[in-house]
Amino acid sequence: MKLSPETLQKIDEVIAHYPQRRSAALPLLHLVQEEAGFISNEAVEWIAERLQIQPINVYELVTFYPMFRQKPIGRRHVKVCRTLSCALMGAYRTCAEFQKQLNAPLGEVSPDGEVTVEFVECLASCGTAPVVMIDDELHEKVDAARARSLSDEIKAAGRAPAAKP
Amino acid sequence: MIQPAATDLITVTIDGKEIAVPKGTNLIEAARQVGVDVPFYCYHPKLTVVGNCRMCLVELGMGAVDPATKAPVVDPATGRQRINWIPRPAIGCGTSVSPGMHVRTTTQMVKECREGVMEFLLVNHPLDCPICDQAGECKLQEQATGYGRGYSRFVEHKNVKPKRTLLGPRVMLDDERCILCSRCIRFCKEVAKDDVLGFTERGSYSTLTCYPGRKLENNYSLNTVDICPVGALTSTDFRFKMRVWFLKQTNSVDAESSAGANTLVWSREGAIYRITPRQNDAVNDVWMADSGRILYKEVRAQGRLESVRVNGAESALGFAVAEAAGLFAKGGVAVVGSGRSSLEEQFLTRKLAVALGAPARLVSRVGEGDGILVSADRNPNVRGALVVGLISSLPSASLESLGAEIDSGKTTTVVSVGEDLAAAGLSAAQLAKVSVVYLGTHANASSAAARVVIPTLTVFEKSGTFVNQQFRIQRFAKAVPGAAGASEDLLALAKLVAAAGGPILGADVGSLWRAIAAEVPVLATMSYADIPDNGLLLDGSAWAGLPFAEGPALHYAPAGGAPREAAGRG
Amino acid sequence: MPAPEQRRLIFRHIDEEGYSNDLACYVRNGGYEVLRKAVQRKPEEIVDEVKKSGLRGRGGAGFPCGVKWSLLDRKSGKPIYLVVNADESEPGTFKDRYIIYRDPHQLLEGSVITCFANRVERAFIYIRGEFPGGAKILERAIAEARMANLIGPNILGTGYGCEVYVHRGAGAYICGEETGLIESLEGKRPYPRIKPPYFPAVLGLYQCPTIVNNVETLCHVKHIADMGGEAYSRIGTPNNTGTRIFCVSGHVRRPGYYEFEVGKITMGQLLNDVCGGPLPGRRFKAVIPGGSSAKVLKFGERFKGKRKAGSEMVEYDWGVEDIPMDFDSLAMIGTMGGSGGVIVMDDSASMVEALGNINAFYSHESCGQCTPCREGSLWMKKITARMVHGSARPEDGPLLKSVADQIAGRTICAFGEACAWPTQSFIAKFGDEFSGYAQKKAAPRPDGVPELI
Repeated sequence: MKLSPETLQKIDEVIAHYPQRRSAALPLLHLVQEEAGFISNEAVEWIAERLQIQPINVYELVTFYPMFRQKPIGRRHVKVCRTLSCALMGAYRTCAEFQKQLNAPLGEVSPDGEVTVEFVECLASCGTAPVVMIDDELHEKVDAARARSLSDEIKAAGRAPAAKP
Repeated sequence: MIQPAATDLITVTIDGKEIAVPKGTNLIEAARQVGVDVPFYCYHPKLTVVGNCRMCLVELGMGAVDPATKAPVVDPATGRQRINWIPRPAIGCGTSVSPGMHVRTTTQMVKECREGVMEFLLVNHPLDCPICDQAGECKLQEQATGYGRGYSRFVEHKNVKPKRTLLGPRVMLDDERCILCSRCIRFCKEVAKDDVLGFTERGSYSTLTCYPGRKLENNYSLNTVDICPVGALTSTDFRFKMRVWFLKQTNSVDAESSAGANTLVWSREGAIYRITPRQNDAVNDVWMADSGRILYKEVRAQGRLESVRVNGAESALGFAVAEAAGLFAKGGVAVVGSGRSSLEEQFLTRKLAVALGAPARLVSRVGEGDGILVSADRNPNVRGALVVGLISSLPSASLESLGAEIDSGKTTTVVSVGEDLAAAGLSAAQLAKVSVVYLGTHANASSAAARVVIPTLTVFEKSGTFVNQQFRIQRFAKAVPGAAGASEDLLALAKLVAAAGGPILGADVGSLWRAIAAEVPVLATMSYADIPDNGLLLDGSAWAGLPFAEGPALHYAPAGGAPREAAGRG
Repeated sequence: MPAPEQRRLIFRHIDEEGYSNDLACYVRNGGYEVLRKAVQRKPEEIVDEVKKSGLRGRGGAGFPCGVKWSLLDRKSGKPIYLVVNADESEPGTFKDRYIIYRDPHQLLEGSVITCFANRVERAFIYIRGEFPGGAKILERAIAEARMANLIGPNILGTGYGCEVYVHRGAGAYICGEETGLIESLEGKRPYPRIKPPYFPAVLGLYQCPTIVNNVETLCHVKHIADMGGEAYSRIGTPNNTGTRIFCVSGHVRRPGYYEFEVGKITMGQLLNDVCGGPLPGRRFKAVIPGGSSAKVLKFGERFKGKRKAGSEMVEYDWGVEDIPMDFDSLAMIGTMGGSGGVIVMDDSASMVEALGNINAFYSHESCGQCTPCREGSLWMKKITARMVHGSARPEDGPLLKSVADQIAGRTICAFGEACAWPTQSFIAKFGDEFSGYAQKKAAPRPDGVPELI
C-alpha cells in the first residue's frame, strides 16, 4: 500500500495518542482517505495490520460511517443537508438545482467524473439554512439561485469556491 | 458441584416465588430456577452479555421502605410489603440479582414488550419457514407462538439482503433471516478465538459478514449454527436433508480425542443426519469441534467391513471364533488393543490377553492440541485401558517392539482390536509373517492380510463408556443399528475370551459391568445405569505420574497447570 | 413583556469585530487567567464550585454536571479520562460549532480546568467529522497552548500534566451518545453500552472512569471557576442556573444563536421579539424546543397546572408563547429543553412531511444494535415515506403512534426515546393532519412550499 511519507508520519504520530492502538482506526481511515480518495480493501488490510486487529474490524467501520467511501467519488463533493431545518428552507430544491446544473445523478459520480452530489444529515448550521458543504467548505443560505451560482463556479474553476458570508 | 457459601446467596422474588441464588446470577437464570421462562435471543450463558434483542425485558421492583426508619412499608390490603414497581422495564440478562429485588413477568407491560419485540423482529424477516432448515428448532417460531401478537401490521417493503452466502465450507448464511443478535460474532471472538465475523452497514441494513476473501472456516464454525437462534446460519452438510422433528436424539461422546465432548446423534430410520454438541458444563460447555461432527460419515463410508471372513472367504462368527481358537492353541499370540475401544471392550481385551498369556499393547495417536476441545491425544479412551488394567503405561506411537517379536519368531499370531497394524508401523513383511485376527469396522492393510476378519461396530452403533482426559467416565449410547454382517464388539470379544480358555462373561454392557465393578478398583460399586448423563469423575491418582500428552484446554488442566477457560461470561 | 437582553457569557466574543481564534487574542482578552488561578487551588474545591453552581449539561440531557463528576470512581487506581463531546449532531443545534471555530481556547481552558479538578491526565476532543476546519483549528489551538505550558506535562509549572488530543468522527449521530462515543473512540462500531454495568463514571473509555461533557458545558465550567459556583447559581433561575445558547432555525425572520439566562425568557419572547416573529404572511404552527428529539409543541395548545415557585405552589396557565425556556418548565409541560435547538414551523409546513423528514433522519442514524430502535425507526420512516410518496391510509397515524410506543423505554440508549418522541407528539397534537392527509395530498401543492422528504 503506497502512502506518502507525510501521511505515514502523521499515522505514526496519531497512533501514539492512544493507550490502545485500535483507537487509531478512525484517524487512520481519515488520513488514508484524504490521500487516496477512498478506502480500498488493500487499505483496510493495511490499516488492520498496522493496528494489530482483524480486517473485519476495520471493514465494519468503513461501512458504518457515511463519510468513508469504498469507491472514488467525483473530483468535487457537494453535500446538501436534508434534515428538518434545511428542508423547511428548501434544501430539496437546492439539491435538485445542483443536480440539474452539474448533470449529476443523486449520490453517484457525474458522467464526466467531475462531481458527486448527495444528501447528508444535519451539518449543525441550521440558523443559516439551507447549508451545503462543498469538499471541506461550508456554504450557508444556499437557495436555488445560490446553488446555480455555486455550480457555475464549480464548472468554471478547478478549485473550491470560497465560502461567502 | 461446590455449593456457594450461604452468605453469598441473594433472595429475590419472581412472580411471587422466592428463590435464593448466588450473587451474580442474572434474572433469566434465576427465573429458570423457579420455573419461569423468560424468552431471549441474544443472551447465551457461555458468552458475554450484550442485551440487544430486548426480548428478556421484565418488570423490576424494590420493596418500599420508610426512608427514615428503613422499616418495610406494608400494604394494608395484602398485609405484605408494598413493592415500588419501576415503570421502565429492564433486561433480565443484564440484571444481576440484588437483595430484596422483585420481578414480574406476567404483567401487561411485559406482555406488550414481548409482542413489540416479536413484531419488530418479524418486520423484515422473510417468510422462509417452508424452506428454512431451522424450522422446528427456531426460536423465532417458538417465541412468536408463545409471546407474539399473532399478526403483523407491516405493509411496507421488507429489506433485501444477500440470501445464500457461503460463509465457509461448512456454514451457509442467509442475511435476511439474521436478527443481528451477534451470538456468532461473540462466539468466534471469545471461544474459537478467530475474530472473523462482523456487522457491516448500519441500522436495519446491518449485515453479518466475513471480511471479503476471508472465510468462517475455523474448526468450531458449526457451533455458530447451533447457537444461531434463527435460520440465518445453517450447516451446509445438513442443508435441506431432513426436518428436525423427524429425528431421534441419542446421547453420545465425540470419539475424536480424549477431550470427550458430549454430543447428540440425530438419526431417523437407521441413518444419521447430523451431530451436535450436548451440554456438559464440566467438559465442553455447549461446544464441539467441527471435525468431530463429520465422524458419523464413517458409518456408511466406503470400505465398511460387511461380513465375517475366514481365510478370505465369507463365513460366520462361530467359524471365525473356531479358527481363532486354533491359532490361540499354538501360542505365541500378541494382543493389540485400541484407545478407541470402549472401556468395556478394553476390559474384555484384557481378559483375552490374560487368557492367552499375551502382552497387550495400544497404539498411540498424538497430534497438536488446539487448546479448546481437540486434545493432543487423538484416542478418546487411553485412560479406559489404564483403568481396566489393559495397559499400565502410555502407548508408544509405533509397534516396534511387536515388530521385533514377530521378526524373532516369538509372536506368530496377532489379535488386533480395531488397529491397522501396518499404519501402526509393522512392515508388509512382518504383517505377512503372522496370522492376524482382525476386529474392526473398515477395510485396511490388516483386514486384507488377516486370517480372520470380524466386522464390528462404530461408536454410533453400540453402547459403552469412554474415560476422557479428566478421568471422567462418560456413556455413549447406540443411535443406529449396525451393518447386517457386523458383530457386536462385546459378543465377539466374549467368544474369543472363551475360545482362549478364559472365563465365560456376559456380552451385554449391563451384565458385563457386574464383573467390571467387581474387578476394577476405581470402578467398584458402580453400575453402568448409574453413570449420570454428564459423566462421573474417577480417581485418576494411580496414574498421576504418567506423561500424558494433553495440554491446557477448555475445562482441563494437566497436573499442576491451569485450564484454558474460554472468555465467556465473567 | 419584551424579551430581556442577551447575556453573552459563553458567546461574549462570537461576532466580535477583530476577535480571532488564536491564543494571543484570547490571552489579550484575559484568557487562561482562570486556569492560572484554578491550578493553585485544590481540585476538590473546583468540583465543589461546579456542584454549587447547579450547572446542567448543555448537550441535551441536562444532567447536573457536578453530580456527574462526583459519580466518578476515584478509587479504582485506573486513569480517569475526560472526553469532550464535540459531536454536535442534534438537528436544530449549532452552538458548539461557533465555540470551536471562533473561540476554541475558551473550550480548552474549560477542559483543562475540568481535567485538573478531576485529576485527568489525558483528554480527547471527539469532534464530528463534518467539522474538518474545526478539527484543524482545535489542533492549532492545542499546539499553541502546549507551547505556553497551558497543556502538556507541566502545566504552568505546577507539576500537573494533561494531554489533549483531537479525534475526528465520521458522520454518525449516535457518536453523540456518551457510550456510543466511547466505543467509537476505542475504534469500534459506536454501539452504546448497556447501563448497568457500563456507566462511564465507572467503566468508560478503556473500561476506566470517564467523564463525557458537552463543549458548551465545559465553557461554563471555566466561568464557574472564575466567578464561583454560588455567583453562577444566581444567574438564570433556581435549578436551571446559568445561561444557555438557544439556536433558532426554521420559519422565523431572524434565525440564529442567542444566549440568555436560563428560564428568564419565554418562547414567545424568543421567537417574536428576538427572532422577529413569523415570515411575512405566515403564522406559527409548531415549534420543537430542544432539538428534533424533543416533543413538538402546537401553537394554540394550553398547559395548565400547579408548579413550584420558591416554596409555594402556584398555578400556571400557559400558551406555547408563555413557556419559560428552562429545563424544568419544558419538562413539566411534556417536552424538553434538550440541546437548545428551537425549530419553528409555520402554517405552510405539512406536519406529515415534517415527521417524514425527521423519521428519515432517525432511521438513517440508528446504529442497529437493538431490535426496537433498529426495526421500529425504519418502519416509521417507511410509513411516512409511503404516506407522502405513495398512498396514505387513515390508520397510518395511529399505527405510527403504536410503533413509536413499542420503542420508547425499551432500548439500550436514549435514541429509542429520541426517535419515538417526535412521532408520538406529532400524532398526538396533529393527528387530524395525519388522518386527513390522503385528501390533502390530492389538492395541488401551494407554490413556494418546499418538499420536506
